[in-house]
Order: sequence, then C-alpha cells, then structure tokens
Amino acid sequence: MSALLEIRGLTAHYGDFQALFGVDLALERGEVMAIIGANGAGKTTLMRAITGIARVSGGSVALAGRRLDRLAAPDILRAGVSMVPEGRRLFPSLTVEENLLIGAHARRGSGFWTLARLYDLFPILRERRQQPATALSGGQQQMVAIGRALMSNPDVLLCDELSLGLAPVVIREIYAAFPTIRDSGTAITVVEQDIGQALKIADHVHCMMEGRITLSGRPDTLSRDAIHNAYFGVHA
Amino acid sequence: MIWLDTLVQGLMLGGLYALFAAGLSLVFGIMRLVNLAHGDLIVLGAYLILGIGTVTGLNPFVAALLALPVMFALGWLLQGALLNRVLGEDILPPLLVTFGLSVVVQNALLIGFSADSRKLPVGPIDAQSLPLGPVTVGVMPLLTLVSAVLVIVVLNQIFYRTALGRAFRATSDDPVTAQLMGIRPRSIFAMATGIALVVATIAALYLGARANFDPSIGPARLLYAFEAVIIGGLGSLWGTLAGGLVIGVAQAFGAALNPEWQVLVGHLAFVAVLLVRPRGLFPRAND
Amino acid sequence: MGKTFTPLILPLLVLGMALVPVIGSRALVQDLFMVLCLLVLALNWNMLAGFAGLVSVGQQAFVGIGAYAMFASVILWGMDPLAGLLVGGLVAMALAVPVAFFTFRLNGAYFAIGTWVVADIARLAFSQWKALGGGTGTSLPKGAAQEMLGVATVRGLIGGSKAAAVDALTYWLALALVVVLLLASWAFLRSRMGLGLQAVRDNALAARAVGVDPLRLKALVFLLTAFGTGICGGLLFIQIGRISPGAAFSLLDWTAFVIFIVVIGGIGTLPGPVIGVLVFYGLERLLADYGTVYLIVLGLIGIAIMLFARRGLWGGFVQRTGLDPLPLSHAAPAAPAPTRS
Repeated sequence: MSALLEIRGLTAHYGDFQALFGVDLALERGEVMAIIGANGAGKTTLMRAITGIARVSGGSVALAGRRLDRLAAPDILRAGVSMVPEGRRLFPSLTVEENLLIGAHARRGSGFWTLARLYDLFPILRERRQQPATALSGGQQQMVAIGRALMSNPDVLLCDELSLGLAPVVIREIYAAFPTIRDSGTAITVVEQDIGQALKIADHVHCMMEGRITLSGRPDTLSRDAIHNAYFGVHA
Repeated sequence: MIWLDTLVQGLMLGGLYALFAAGLSLVFGIMRLVNLAHGDLIVLGAYLILGIGTVTGLNPFVAALLALPVMFALGWLLQGALLNRVLGEDILPPLLVTFGLSVVVQNALLIGFSADSRKLPVGPIDAQSLPLGPVTVGVMPLLTLVSAVLVIVVLNQIFYRTALGRAFRATSDDPVTAQLMGIRPRSIFAMATGIALVVATIAALYLGARANFDPSIGPARLLYAFEAVIIGGLGSLWGTLAGGLVIGVAQAFGAALNPEWQVLVGHLAFVAVLLVRPRGLFPRAND
Repeated sequence: MGKTFTPLILPLLVLGMALVPVIGSRALVQDLFMVLCLLVLALNWNMLAGFAGLVSVGQQAFVGIGAYAMFASVILWGMDPLAGLLVGGLVAMALAVPVAFFTFRLNGAYFAIGTWVVADIARLAFSQWKALGGGTGTSLPKGAAQEMLGVATVRGLIGGSKAAAVDALTYWLALALVVVLLLASWAFLRSRMGLGLQAVRDNALAARAVGVDPLRLKALVFLLTAFGTGICGGLLFIQIGRISPGAAFSLLDWTAFVIFIVVIGGIGTLPGPVIGVLVFYGLERLLADYGTVYLIVLGLIGIAIMLFARRGLWGGFVQRTGLDPLPLSHAAPAAPAPTRS
C-alpha cells in the first residue's frame, strides 16, 4: 500500500546548479507533514518541483499511484495537488472573492470547500470580499491565499512559508484553521522556517539542508539538539 | 453649426477607430502582445464577409454573423499555433512574426482578390440619415458608433463579470501563479485572440460598408487603432473608446480645415496627448 | 584560422565589388547600387533593433528626410548634390532629436508604433512642401546629377556616358558607406560603449548597476543611425532622380524589406545584414516575375526564422559550427546559451 503523495529520489536543477539531491518523502491521507530548514535549503524548490513550476530532472512524484512529475502545472493542480505559494502571489487585479473563485477554476466535481465554508473559516474575508486582494493586511492576504488553494478541493495542500513576514499573533490565527482543513480530508505539507509552529501542528517533521533531507521523525521523538544540527549543519 | 456637425462626424469616425482598436486593446491587456497584423486581419474579415455575401446572396449584416465563428477559429488557431510560441520577455519575436504575417495576409489577399476597390452592399440603409437635434447623421455612421460602445460594454462585461474574464485578468497579472490555479495560459491567450478577431469582424463590417476597401488599406487603419489604444491608456477598454473618439474628432476637424490635413491632425493629436499624459488618458494602476 | 582568414578576404571582396562599374554592365551597377543601399539601411536598423533594442518601424522617416533635404539643397539653395547628401544626413540627425524625445517615452513594442506614427507625420508634412512639388513630388533639375562633383573625374577614369559615370559614382559612394559602416559598427561594438550597449540589451538592470546609462547610449545610437539613414536616403534619390512623399517615405521599401534582410541574416549579429541582403537579392532575382508571391515568401521566411532560428542564418551558423570569424567580445567565447524548455 503506497502513500497518498510519494516522492522518490527527486532531483532538480537551475541551469548547472543542482538544488535537490534525491529527496524521498511520503505523505499519508489525513496527515500533516512539516518540512523545516534554513534559507536556501531547497524547500521552495521542492514545492515548485512537486507542483510543476520548476522542472524535475530526476526521480518521481506520484499521487495515489499516479505519476505527476511529467505533468504541466495546471494538470498537477487538476490531479489534486494545490499550493499556497511563497509570498502569497495574490492576483492584484482581482477582488478577494474573485481570488477565491479563481482557485475553483479547475475544480473537480463537488467537494467540501465552498465560498460559504471558507468565509466561515476566515470570517474577516466575508466582510472584505469586494475589496482588491492587495488592499488587505498580510495576514488576511495569507488567508485568501490558503482559501484560494482550497477552492480546488485538493487531496494535498502544500503551504510554502506561511508565517514569513507575519506577526506571531497573526501566525497563530492562521494555523488555528489547520485542524478544520485537515478534518476536511485534505493532507497538508507545510514548509516553515518557524520551527516551533511546525513542530506544533505536524505528524511528521523533515529537516532539509543543502537540497537533502537530513532528519526525519515524529515531533515528539526528535530532540531539540538533533533538529538544531539538522537545521544549521553539524559544525554550527 | 458647422463645428457641431464636424464634431458629430468626428465622433462617428472615432467609433470606427475604436472598433478597430478594441481587439488590439484586449490582446495587449492580457498578454502584452502587439499585433502588427491586426489591420490586415480586419481587411481579411471584410473580404470574408464579402465572399460569404456573394456566394449566399445574404445581406452583409447576416454574412458577418456567419463570418464571426470563422474569424474566432482563425484567431484561436493563430494564437495557439503561432503567436504563443513567440511570446516572452523579448519583444522582438512577436513584433517581427506579426509583421511578417501582415505582409503575408496583405499579399495573399492581393493575389486572391486583386487590387480593385470593393464595398459591402448593405442596401438602402447606406444612404439613409437621421435628424439628430441640430445635425443630421448617416444611419451607418451612427450604427458604427453605437456598435463600438456596445462592443466595449460587452468586452468589459466579459472581462469583469465572467469566469473567463477572471482567468484573463489573473493570467495577465501573473501567468505562473495562474497555472497553479489550473489555468492554461496558452489556451487563455487563444481565447483572447479569438475574441479579438470576432471584434475585428464587426470592425470589418463597418469598414467595408462605409467606404471602399482593397487589400492594402490594413496598415493605415492599424496605425489609427494603435493611436487609440496608446492614448487611451494601455489595457483600458473604455480608454480605447475615448482614444478612438479623440483621433476621430481630431481627424474630422483637420479635414474640415483642409482635406489634406485629416490624417496629419489625427497624428498630431496623438503626439499632443502623449506629451501631456505619457501613460494615456486612463492608465491602469498596476502596470 | 578565422582570425587570419577574415582580414584578408574582406579587402579582396571590397576590391572586387569596386571593380563592378569598370567591368560590369550598367544594369548590374544599378542593381547592386540598390543592394548596397539596402545593406546600409540594414546595418543601421540592425544597430538600432539588434543591439540597442530600439525596434523602429519608422526608419523610412529618415530616408525621406535625407532625400528631401538633399533635393532642397540642390533645387532651392543651388548646392552640389554631394554636399546635399551631407545636409540630408545632418538634417535627419537634427530631426531625430525631437523624434527621440517623443518616441523614447513609449515602452517596448509601443516604441515601434510611435516611430511609425512619426514617419507618417513626416510623410504628410513633406507633402505640404509646395516648393518641392507637394504631394506629387518633383525631379532633380536636368543635369544636376551629371554636373555633380566627381562625375567628370569618374568619366575620365572609366569612360562611357555621363549617366554611366553618375551610376558608377553613386555606386562607389554606396560601397564606401557600407565599408565605413561595417568598420565603424565593428569598432563601436568592441568599444566600451558598444559593450555597454550589448550589456544593456542582455540585461538592462545589471548594466545600470555597473554604471552604463542605457538611455544615453540608446539616444546616441538613435541619432547616429538617423545620420547614416539620412545620407543613404539622399544617395538613393540622387540615383532615382525623382522624389515624391510616397516613394521617399515608403514603409515597404525602406523599412519592411530592411527588417526582413536583418532578420533573415541574423539580427544582433554584425555579418547578419550582409548575409541577409545576399539572400534577399537572390530571392528577388528568383521570384522577380511574381511580385506578390515574393513578398509572401519573404514574410513566411521571416516568421520561420523567428520560430526556429532567432539569430537568423548567421547566428545559426555560428551556433552550429562554434566558429565566429567576427567575434565582438574580447574575452573567451561565452558559455553556450541556456537551452529553452
């Protein structure tokens, strides 16, 4: 029995520069996985490779047994993998509601997530729905980005650096929504530099350094020191 | 009185230029593509309407209806098979490809239809006019202006009120993130060019019904259309209508002063507007 | 081998070309004169679009201005046509200043439209110049070209009729223009300014960061190419002998053909225009009897080049063989261009 999302030996290059060196990961149904690591560890490249924005140069990505690594980004979304990109990347010409609706552009049948359910999850967005998305605060924009990614009712939700640039209180507010998302049947992968937050919500944690997974385990079994070493390198 | 009359004539002419320009404006707004073949494609549309009318005996207005899907398909194919392949950071390839296309279309029409002038036979409506307050306006010019306003309204509705328009705007903002939404930019662009050629067909109907046309007139009309798009503000459809009206009115007043000055005064108005407002009359906020 | 081969073969080629009026027929001289003039225009346009990133479709403005200024010098001010050429180049360059002021406000592709509008304005404005025939145009006074400075000398040199001497003289001038432009372009592109220009083309932001002012460089190129284009316009119309706004400001003859020549040969490469003009001339001979088909073929070739070999025939040759007989860089060969996905 294979995992929901299975990544094997994944490599990626930017020109001559190799960014990923044989990454293996598995995400089960209903699970939350956290990938932590310093800047430049390859976390964002990994997300971009899975979603088809960056080209994969070797290895495989499969969703429920179906190979994704040769598909174009729009087809990977259709297959059931959705992403909240780093920096949110909301569409400035679209209102909050339009940004959410565009997330449903390639919606597959009916699913749990609807505009109404998203507005229940993030009530502030209901009030702001007619405003241009870029008029919102950073935290509210992050809620729009999460909602936009959920509107396709994905099997897997990838979140890239949700907490970047946000105040701790805002980060807590956003992560408070995760139990609901997980209960909707969506498996989640978060990429974080905020180790504390990652350890709190994840079932499994993986540390990345220089394009490789250097440490994996359940949050309660990993020692602070082990994570520290994996994060900053042993000679830190 | 004569000045009021000139103003009204200019507005009608401006309506025609806005029709020429609306498709260009749409395509530029969505994919930053400057299509130098647009004028020749309008002329192609006029010949298509003429051909359908000749073969079936239908009135040009009905023939144009039949031409619409054909032109949509042509635009869709053109974008999908050719123009999508040259879109990118470098502005040179799309400019040169559409320039080459312009030469090809123009000369292919010349071979197919000779250099003789043609006109679309719209029937008695051609000579009719309406008293409109103190001035009298021709029915066809009036229809042109009304159609131009309608086209802009409909395009705006599509752009701001439909799922397709949402995808247009999202792709225009950020094509990479749009792909993360499951949008395929290339098919969005193909739709946009298809719609642009539908508008071009409407422009072709009025172009061919109001005056004589021959295969060589595309580029000059294209130039007026580009002036309308640029002074309107890039990517703004209402701006394009306003730009068309400015060029039309300027040309009408120029012609009233001296028939040789019609086009020249239009160009000078274009230059003057840009000197005062470098980004056009209605620039988009995020450009 | 390329390094020793090129400096040797070029002077020989030029010498051979220079002998054409002595040994060739008048028809051949006139034909090749046109080819050389198109090459001058192509070298200028390539400098603009290929190196400075200024994609103009309005260079016919400067051909027309140069030609009209030359005609005015001869007809209105009684100057020698050769002096008129210089006046043509200078007037074109002077008028390029306000033109640049206006068109440089337009970004990217809309610069192309702006230059086109300017060229149309110039055409319509010169149509109003009644002293030079207005919209219908006028001819050079009888004998003006044949009394031109240097014609008598040329006649003494190669014999033949006065008209043949005029042909030979204009031909040699065109050839000289080509040689001067080629050498000047080569020197310019290898100079600090030229390297800066290419840096701007490849990455404007990075170039600015290392202290290259793209606007000033581009403006300089715009003015210099206006000068070259203006002189060429004057020379063309000494030969043609008759001017009209439609002919002097022809988009097809002085810009469209030129664009195809550069694109086919290889835009942004120095030898590109030379290769392009040869292909153009060959095609013209081949398809001369099918005027419109010829244009369609040109258009299709231009499109195909943009789709499959953006650097044209010369760029494709260099890429395939790795051999660049006319390198523009001082350094070791650059890394291969990243492959497009």
